[in-house]
Amino acid sequence: MLQVASLDVYYGESHILRSVDLTVPPGQMVCLIGRNGVGKTTLLKTIMGLIHPRRGSITLKGESILSLSPDQRARQGIGYVPQGREIIPRLTVEENLLLGLEARPRGSRSTKIPPEIFELFPVLKTMLSRRGGDLSGGQQQQLAIGRALMGQPQLLVLDEPTEGIQPSIILEIEAAVRRIIESQGVSVLLVEQHLHFVRQADFYYAMQKGGIVASGLTQNLSQDVIQQFLAV
Amino acid sequence: MLSVLLDTLFDGISIGSVLLLAALGLAIVFGLMGVINMAHGELMMIGAYTMYLVQNSFGGLGGVWFESYIFLALPTAFLVAALGGLMLERWVIRYLYGRPLETLLATWGVSLILQQFVRSVNWAMVIGLVLWGALILTGRLLVWPRWGNLPWMSRVWVIAAGALAWGVGALAGERFGLALEEPWFGAEGVDVNAPDWLQGGIPLGDFQLPASRLFIISLTSICLLGLYLFLQKSPWGLRIRAVTQNRSMSACLGIPTGTVDALTFALGSGLAGVAGCAVSLLGSVDPNLGQEYIVNTFMVVVVGGVGNLVGSVVAAMTIGILQDLFSSGILPLLLGDKNPLTGFFNFFATDSMAKVIVFALIIIFLQVRPAGMFPQKGRSVDA
Repeated sequence: MLQVASLDVYYGESHILRSVDLTVPPGQMVCLIGRNGVGKTTLLKTIMGLIHPRRGSITLKGESILSLSPDQRARQGIGYVPQGREIIPRLTVEENLLLGLEARPRGSRSTKIPPEIFELFPVLKTMLSRRGGDLSGGQQQQLAIGRALMGQPQLLVLDEPTEGIQPSIILEIEAAVRRIIESQGVSVLLVEQHLHFVRQADFYYAMQKGGIVASGLTQNLSQDVIQQFLAV
Repeated sequence: MLSVLLDTLFDGISIGSVLLLAALGLAIVFGLMGVINMAHGELMMIGAYTMYLVQNSFGGLGGVWFESYIFLALPTAFLVAALGGLMLERWVIRYLYGRPLETLLATWGVSLILQQFVRSVNWAMVIGLVLWGALILTGRLLVWPRWGNLPWMSRVWVIAAGALAWGVGALAGERFGLALEEPWFGAEGVDVNAPDWLQGGIPLGDFQLPASRLFIISLTSICLLGLYLFLQKSPWGLRIRAVTQNRSMSACLGIPTGTVDALTFALGSGLAGVAGCAVSLLGSVDPNLGQEYIVNTFMVVVVGGVGNLVGSVVAAMTIGILQDLFSSGILPLLLGDKNPLTGFFNFFATDSMAKVIVFALIIIFLQVRPAGMFPQKGRSVDA
């Protein structure tokens, strides 16, 4: 589905990502782990088109998306749930969800919110007319995922969806993501620190100092690797 | 006494309406892109001149045409100013996003160009400009692709085409003389004659509500309502509000932010054009018209609080009424000769001195409320 090859990203002169290779197969969930500041979010932002790489290639469904702007990439089927949620604060929950429709191809847009969204996140239904910025962190996270799903993405990019959220809601979000993959065949690229969530993925990539240092099947993800790349 | 006061209030509201109409466009553009458009006043001027042209071509037919030309002039002025704004966004401002100071200077330059353009535009100049545009278009569509789209080539082409077009225009001017070289408008003001039904007034007690001012107030109300509905109910309005609040996330959701920028700029400029029509009903139209209004318009945006329609309304009305209250000299009249303040208010009872005192009040007000009358509130601001 998504293929990133020998990607190099700089902020000014500082070298952030060093020759990163990463593949997300169709219908699979891939988890990216690593400590703070190793470049995980930078990688996701580069995939979304918010940051431009100096070298390397990014292909989606076999076609390069390097020259596309973020809005064009979204319309190619990438749904993005950024770190910090980035809910549009002074729009209502309903309007935030409707914005998710922008990623669908023109002509196939309805103006209704499909019931699946509320099945996944029942809490949103009771808050449709509240302002997005007034929601709590957990509610905003569910809204951000719901909003990304409104665009019927083929690839869902999640950046630390459990950051700063109470354990019971983490389990809800986890279950929702798993249900999305099973029911809609969406591929998922996940950045996560929470181990329980990491274990749900099919593959893992571990990052350190801007490079991929380990990868494999999550079932083979050993305590050693975790100790080496995640533990503080 | 009461009728004089009412008269002042009414005049103030109508001045406030013009300010509001101009400020709405400025406010949405500033809110969305953080761009301060110094050429906004000149877009008003373009709207006013469009009104004048429509009046000349259709109003001259007389009868029903003259009575109703204004309803043709309003949408035309909107479209012409919107087109001007679109060109400004495409060719100037787009390259300066994220650089507010440069944008300020560039748009100020554009405003000077537009003023001089209106002063000196004549047929020879128009022929040259149209020819230049046609040559560039031909080059772009037919010649550059065939020669491999080299960047230096397009530059050479544009300059050469410009020289050729200028030469043709100058030659034509030489050959046909005044017929082509007489300025359309000149530096002097031109007058827009309002239709008869806008010249009278509606009697109310012992004073008259001037129809032209009533018209301006209702025009502003309609534009305000239209803008509100557009922003709140239409899909493009939703996109504009989303991009205003979080540009990069809106892009990640699939909103074409470039299109949203262009559309918003065109809309704001179009509103300036309509404001220009309203101004042309109040006095004569000259190339400096924009400059007279731009400062007050900025004040409305600042005092009202950026990106806030309600704030703009209240601020425009307050500034309009205050301005008229001081300049009309009604305050000394109310206070009587004996009052020590009478001399003070008499001193400020001219248009320009009234401006001085209004600005002084604004400065004091902004010391107390730096974010304007209605700053944004809520969790999203505190965070």
